[in-house]
Amino acid sequence: MPYLLRRFIQSFILLFFLISFVFVVGRIIGDPALIMLGTSASETALDQLRENLGLNQPIWQQYLVFLSDLTQGDFGVSFRYGFSMMPSDALRSEGTPVLPIVLSRLPATFMLAGTSLVFAFSLAVVLGCLAAMHPRSWIDNLVNVISLASVSLVQFWLGLILIIIFSVHMGILPTGGFGTWQHLILPALTLAARPLGRISQVVRSAMLDELSKPYISAARAKGVPEWRVVFVHALKNASIPIVTITGDELSQLLTGAMLVETVFAWPGVGLLLIDSLGRRDLPMVQAGICVVAALVIFVNLAVDFAYTVLNPRIQMDNRGGRA
Amino acid sequence: MSAVQTNTVPQVEEHDRAASITGRAYLSALMRDRVAFIAAIFLTLLLIAAAGADFLAPYDPNRANLGARFIAPFGTARDGGFHLLGTDELGRDLFSRLMHGARVSMSIGLLGALCSGAVGITLGVLAGFYRGLLEDLLMRAVDGMMALPSLLIALFILFVIGPGFGNLILIFTLLHWMVFARMARSLTLNHQQHTYITAARAIGASDTRIILTHLLPNMVSPLIVLFTLEIAVLILSEASLSFLGFGVQAPQSSWGLMIARGREYISSAWWLVVMPGAAIFLTALALNLVAAWARAITDPVQRWRWLTPPRRKNQPIEDDE
Amino acid sequence: MRAMQQSETQGAAPAPLLDVRDLRVTFDTPHGLVRAVGGVSWTLSPGETLGIIGESGSGKSVGLEAIMGLIKTPPGHVSGQVMFDRRDVLTMPERDRRQLRGEKIAMIFQDAMSALNPSLTVGTQIAEVYRLRRKCSHADAERKAIELMDRVKIPSAKTRIGNYPHEFSGGMCQRVMIATALALNPQILIADEPTTALDVTVQRQIMTLLAELQREDGMALVLITHDLGLVAETVDRAMVMYAGRLVESAPVSALFEVPSHPYTRGLIRSMPRIDGASGKLHAIGGTPPAAGRMPKGCAFHPRCEMRVERCGIERPNLRPVGKNRAAACHLAEEIPHV
Repeated sequence: MPYLLRRFIQSFILLFFLISFVFVVGRIIGDPALIMLGTSASETALDQLRENLGLNQPIWQQYLVFLSDLTQGDFGVSFRYGFSMMPSDALRSEGTPVLPIVLSRLPATFMLAGTSLVFAFSLAVVLGCLAAMHPRSWIDNLVNVISLASVSLVQFWLGLILIIIFSVHMGILPTGGFGTWQHLILPALTLAARPLGRISQVVRSAMLDELSKPYISAARAKGVPEWRVVFVHALKNASIPIVTITGDELSQLLTGAMLVETVFAWPGVGLLLIDSLGRRDLPMVQAGICVVAALVIFVNLAVDFAYTVLNPRIQMDNRGGRA
Repeated sequence: MSAVQTNTVPQVEEHDRAASITGRAYLSALMRDRVAFIAAIFLTLLLIAAAGADFLAPYDPNRANLGARFIAPFGTARDGGFHLLGTDELGRDLFSRLMHGARVSMSIGLLGALCSGAVGITLGVLAGFYRGLLEDLLMRAVDGMMALPSLLIALFILFVIGPGFGNLILIFTLLHWMVFARMARSLTLNHQQHTYITAARAIGASDTRIILTHLLPNMVSPLIVLFTLEIAVLILSEASLSFLGFGVQAPQSSWGLMIARGREYISSAWWLVVMPGAAIFLTALALNLVAAWARAITDPVQRWRWLTPPRRKNQPIEDDE
Repeated sequence: MRAMQQSETQGAAPAPLLDVRDLRVTFDTPHGLVRAVGGVSWTLSPGETLGIIGESGSGKSVGLEAIMGLIKTPPGHVSGQVMFDRRDVLTMPERDRRQLRGEKIAMIFQDAMSALNPSLTVGTQIAEVYRLRRKCSHADAERKAIELMDRVKIPSAKTRIGNYPHEFSGGMCQRVMIATALALNPQILIADEPTTALDVTVQRQIMTLLAELQREDGMALVLITHDLGLVAETVDRAMVMYAGRLVESAPVSALFEVPSHPYTRGLIRSMPRIDGASGKLHAIGGTPPAAGRMPKGCAFHPRCEMRVERCGIERPNLRPVGKNRAAACHLAEEIPHV
């Protein structure tokens, strides 16, 4: 079977497992009615909700209904989102389908994660290459410090520190919200810290590897200028580990955005998820998790696709594991 | 795709020699690397502070003192009490609260790493030792689970089963065993090719005995490095989950929860946010530094740098007239 | 050492193309300063074929890499003078030096497969030279690349231009390297063990090709090798290096007839001979010294069959020992007679 097709099927199976997992945790380990109405709800309200949601049917039947609804893009309806009244009153209404709401929040998350990744990636490639060109120089030390700090940092704390400095003390950037480019700066910087550190470290070590290879000497010997030796000859061969780590970091960004969106009140999927958790809005939470997880799985698949493009002699069947 | 991880596996042949290096050599090597040495001292002090918080903390972490609210770091309250890191909205001493928070954060990190390590190493060694279907299924599960966003799944489970200390440990075990399993398996595969395992088999040693007395002791150093790194990862995850309200619950307090509380006063009392976060940062940094040092010193390629006397700079080896 | 150069520049030989004076290369390693090349002087005339012989670690490649400017500094350190076209290559600004590389002096490497960039097509790598140095258009550069590939006898160049190095054999890769090196008609081609990684039959083809191209273009060739047979067949003059220093320099016929240094003699004796004149193969006992552990006096004396007391105390300088030849041995005059 072609490599990419196999990876595609694997990703699909993984997604299926994830959805089943969400079902099992939500319906079997937890009691949806109890989750949604809280322990203080009356027995009649709970029963009514169970009846409404079809929770009295056998579990396998619920599972099949759950799956077939999903295939039609139906993740259920929310009785919380957009309702200001008591939950028990809201239950009498039709409810709001959750999937469109989740999807409507995606652009904001993409904008944040995309800005962060572009910023972190380009800076990391430049820093990593410079560090590899001058081992043990100050820039090499800087890359080491950044990468060590970035894996030791809690992102939401960095965000709060930036708020203290730039919003509270200097008053030049908003503490949170959405709209102008000024709103984007702090959350994007916060989110970029970790990928910046991790990617620059990988770029550095991959480039160190490549720069010591014979073809680099050969390129220099034929008079190729140094910038071209580094950024064209070496970088292209170092791209596999760099793409791998960037893909990993992009998946991390999608979940890391959750915390950063919370800190900066950035209206993305992450903030929606956290708010829905607080509102005990189970269908919304389930939809949010499935959408984000599907994105993460898709990113991983895209990285695998990128390998085949980047390396002309990739051995599809015995490629080593990804770090 | 049963991916074989090779990047983190040190060369096994060198392990026996590594074992022969005495503890004193390690200690003197540690002293020579100033940064790692400071990190190790910091961690030791932190462990002492966390364990002895009841006796060592200058104030009762939960005693409110409304006359001493929002005192800045290095400030003195009207009643004369000195507060190194200031006080919070109820006049509680931040330094004392950090010490008690350290106990929660550190024990979650340690326990979580121990539990996930125990599960992961057991599964990984069994998979590497018996191969076959078990290994196939396990490695597939590892690959799959590593590809999923773990923070998200942790949040969802905690949302359903409720937050709390015990549940956190459970979640961490469930979501972090894979790294250990992966490494334990590849180490096992590596060692199994060696003659001493064959020799042990030849003299009729049981599988259990081979695993316990021959395999595991040889895998200790890389696993300890991983363990140290995992503690850092778990402390960071705990902070995130607690910050979102799904981790440790009041009256218990961890560093992450303290940041969440301090956030409300961000414009007036910055230290309530900065200090607990700094504690997390320094702890994770120290753990990473010590792990990097431990990896370097057990890595056969790099080890000579630490275990040989330092060279004199620019000393020519040969006189050149 | 100056004496040797004078003796060479005197005769009918034209002014040297490349004049290397007291070239030294050291490296700063974690173990201390290590000397790879210690004070080497030689010259190269236009069109000449010069062989540099030595075991691995003798400094033969490092010295040439230093001339090309391929030594990373630091940790490396290069001193001395390398005169080309009345300018010192070592002190010229990096821009001029890059201009020199490829344009005037080109180099090919031992393992051609790994000396080619694995992620670029061979066509791109050959054409790159034209694109960068002659500012050729894409189509022009490609056309010239195909011409070059034809010239180095790569079959069906037109179709193979889009192939990647891993789709070529070792010999074909070396041909691609040679094509790249020849692109700008350099005056000097440095070939660092060009055939070591190849099969015997392919070795011969590559050497024949090099000789042909050299004849057509009139360029000088510096052949670095440990293969004495190759030297005997292709080279005009040979230099022998040991532990970072020149120990002997002579026209190749003279060198093989009567070596003036015990090391050279040892090397020649350890060559398997087809004529079977001497049934026994001699090997030089011992191993060359590690770069950090040079013995006092002559670096070769611990392995030398003929050493006298003086050899362990005083290092012999390279001095003239007859017409056009020089050797670094206290007993150089006596060796041919032993």
